[in-house]
Amino acid sequence: MDLITPELGLVFWTLVTFLILLFILRKFAWKPILGAVSDREEGIKDALASAEKARQEMENLTADNERILQEARAEREAMLKDARDVKNKMIADAKDEAQAQASKIIEQAQLAIESEKKAAMAELKSHVAGLSLDIAEKVVRDELSNKDKQLKLVEDMLGEATLN
Amino acid sequence: MFVNSYNVRTFAPNLKQGIFNPVRMRINTFKRVAFTILFLSVFSFGFANETKDGGDDEKFDPKEMILHHVKDAYGMQIATFNEGKDSEFHLTIPLPVITYTDKGLTVFSSSAFHHDYHGHEIVERNGQRFVNVHEKVYILDSGANQVTFDAEDHPTNAHRPKFDFSITRNVFMMWVSIAVLLLIFLSAARRYKKSENYVPSGIASFVEPLIVFVRDEIGKPMIGEHKYKRYMPYLLTIFFFIWINNIFGLIPILNGANLSGNIAFTFTLAAITFIITTLSGNKNYWKHIFWMPGVPVPMKIFLMPIEIIGMFVKPISLMIRLFANITAGHVIILALMSLIFVFKSYAIAPVSVAFSLFITVIEVIVTAIQAYIFTILSALYFGMATEEEH
Repeated sequence: MDLITPELGLVFWTLVTFLILLFILRKFAWKPILGAVSDREEGIKDALASAEKARQEMENLTADNERILQEARAEREAMLKDARDVKNKMIADAKDEAQAQASKIIEQAQLAIESEKKAAMAELKSHVAGLSLDIAEKVVRDELSNKDKQLKLVEDMLGEATLN
Repeated sequence: MFVNSYNVRTFAPNLKQGIFNPVRMRINTFKRVAFTILFLSVFSFGFANETKDGGDDEKFDPKEMILHHVKDAYGMQIATFNEGKDSEFHLTIPLPVITYTDKGLTVFSSSAFHHDYHGHEIVERNGQRFVNVHEKVYILDSGANQVTFDAEDHPTNAHRPKFDFSITRNVFMMWVSIAVLLLIFLSAARRYKKSENYVPSGIASFVEPLIVFVRDEIGKPMIGEHKYKRYMPYLLTIFFFIWINNIFGLIPILNGANLSGNIAFTFTLAAITFIITTLSGNKNYWKHIFWMPGVPVPMKIFLMPIEIIGMFVKPISLMIRLFANITAGHVIILALMSLIFVFKSYAIAPVSVAFSLFITVIEVIVTAIQAYIFTILSALYFGMATEEEH
C-alpha cells in the first residue's frame, strides 16, 4: 500500500523542482532553441522560395528572349516577303506601263501611218485627177486633129498609164 | 463527430504503441513470469520462515529487498561492505531529514539513523524521538522508549510527523537530474546564441532532433498548428524530465533511485497536466463534457457523468501508467537478481545476469517510450481542451 500512496513531501519537492525547471528551461533554453530552429526553418523556406522565384524569373526571361527572337525572325521574314512583293509588283507595274506605252506608240504610229496613207492617197487622187485632166486635154486636142491618131494616143496613153 | 474522434483519440496511444507491440508483448510476458517467480518465492520463503522459526541467520527476503529498493529512502546508499560483520561499512550520501510538527521545524542528517530502518535507532531532536521504520520517519509517542509493532509490521506507539519534507534520495536524484538537464539545455541554447545563422553545433546538434521531434511529432499533430506553441515549454520539459529520471532509475550504482516509478512523482506531473488541461479548456471542450452535441437528450444526460469521470480518469491513467511501467521494470530486474540469493547458487548467476541484461535493454527503450507516451497523451489532452468546433 505504501508503494501506491503519494508521499506529500515528494509531491511538494517534485512540484517545486518541476516548476523551477520549467521556468528556467522555458526562459533560457526552449525559447532560444525553438526560436533558433524556427528562424532557421524560416530562413531555409525563404531561401528556397527566392531560389524558386529566381528560377521562375530566369525561365520567364528565357521565354521572353525566345519570344523576342521568334518575333524578330517573323518580322524579318515578313519584311523580306514585303520587299519581294514590292519588287514583283514594281516589275509587273513597269512591265504593264511599258506595254501600255508601247501599245500607245504603236497605235500612234499606226494612226500616223494611216493619216500619211490617207494624205498620200489624197495626193495621189489629186495627181491622178490632174493627170487624167491632162490626158483628157491632150486626148481632146488630138481628137480634134486626127481621129485615128487620137484614138491611138488614147490607147498609148492608157497603156502608159497603167496604174502601177 | 466528437464521439468518433474521442474514441480514436482514446485508442490512439495504443495505436502509437502498436509499433512496439512485439516488444511490449514480450515485456508483458516477462512481467508475468517475473511476478509469478516473485510471488512464488515470497510465498515459499514466508512458509520457510514459519517452519524454521528461530533460525540462526537472517533469511534473504526478496520482497523486502525489492520494495526497499523501489521505494524512497532517507539516505543515498551506494554500497555496503562486509555486511553482517563487525567491520560493516556503508558508503552512503547522508541527506537531510526535514519534518514539521507542532513543535516546529526539525532538521537532522539521515546518517543519525546509522542505516537502520527497522525502528531500532532512536534519534532525539527538538524534544522528539525519531525512528526510521522502513524508510519512513516516525515520532515515538511520549513515554515510549522503543517501537512496538503490530502483526502487519506497523508501529503501534509511534506516529508520522505532520509534514515530512525530507530531502530523500528521490528528491536528491531529482535535483541531480535537473542539474544535468540544465547543463545540457542551457549549454545547447548558448550554442545557438554563439553560432551564426542558427546552425547547431556540439551538444545542440544532439538535442535539436529530440526537440524538433517533440515539436513535430507530439506538439503539432496533437494540439494543432496554431496553438501548439503555448504548450511547447511544458511538453519539452516533461518529456526530458521524465526521460532523464527514467534513465537515472536504471543506473545500478545510483541504487535504483526510482523517482519516475514513484507515485508521488507521477501524481504531481499528471496533476499539472490535469490543471493545464482544465484551465485551457474552451467552450467547446466543456460543452462536450456537460452537454454532448449531436446526440439525443437522454444520451446527453447519460454521457455527462461518463465524460466527467473521463476528465479525471485521463490524468489518473497517466499517473498509473508511468508509475507501473517503471516500477515493474525495476521489480523484474531486482527479482531476477534475487534469484541468485534465493537459490544460493552461483550457477544461477549467468541466467540471472542474462535475463536482467535483456530486461535492462528493454527498459532502456521503455524509458524513452514512457516519456514519449506521457508527453503525447498530455499534448492530446491539451489538444482536446483547445479544439475548436467544426
